[in-house]
Amino acid sequence: MERIPILKMGEFLLVSIQVDMHDRLAMTLQDDLTAQIVKRRARGVLIDISSLEIVDSFIGRTLANIAAMSRILDAETVVVGMRPAVAITLVELGMSLSGVRTALDVERGMAMLRASLAAGNGGAAGGDGAATH
Amino acid sequence: MALLRTEKLPVQSQDDVVQVRQAVRAWAVELGFSLVEQTKIVTAASELARNAVVHGGGGSVELESVETAGRRGLRLTFVDHGPGIADIEQAMKDGYTTGGGLGLGLGGAKRLSNDFEIRSQPGAGTWVRIVRWK
Repeated sequence: MERIPILKMGEFLLVSIQVDMHDRLAMTLQDDLTAQIVKRRARGVLIDISSLEIVDSFIGRTLANIAAMSRILDAETVVVGMRPAVAITLVELGMSLSGVRTALDVERGMAMLRASLAAGNGGAAGGDGAATH
Repeated sequence: MALLRTEKLPVQSQDDVVQVRQAVRAWAVELGFSLVEQTKIVTAASELARNAVVHGGGGSVELESVETAGRRGLRLTFVDHGPGIADIEQAMKDGYTTGGGLGLGLGGAKRLSNDFEIRSQPGAGTWVRIVRWK
């Protein structure tokens, strides 16, 4: 079955969506990610959508669901790389993706995840993975 | 209005929805649409194609490039033979859904198009036509 790969980097999971997703594939990603957060004890999820040419209501809802589910599982989600034309279209469609944290690119998204992890650890973590106990 | 070119595609499955998106993209590029215009019509097509599959039990879409008064546009006509819509006004409202979605499909597709027309009756399927002008 077709799947979108999920990579682990330290305490984070990384996903880069490179294909035009049909709805079933988006649902599979949602299920796989929530399972992987628990299995790999991830504290953050970064989803790169810079290859996506459109985000319609279904894909938008999937991203919002992933963010909400991961939050309940104590992991932050950041969606990065949205194309400007996609952002314009999404808002006109009626989706503001409230509840989904976004960053311009992977680098800023990773910085965001590290910062929220550090804040969650009482500000003790400096940089990558200081809190491993 | 002059009809320049036409193509009919099936809209029976989730994979067809992806095919429709790609075909609409190719046509929009060919018509010289800007990136934002392309993205809007492809997104609108994706919503309507999904509606035809999920609510209409499958159907078809006709892609047409049209010209009127020196202006070119991309016209998409989605037809399904599903249960139809009893209250179109209600179905157009954001947040109204019968399929477990967000209910942004019809209203969103309308906002992303320049022209929008819908015809439906209970038991007689649904016909939706949108045009995006260049």
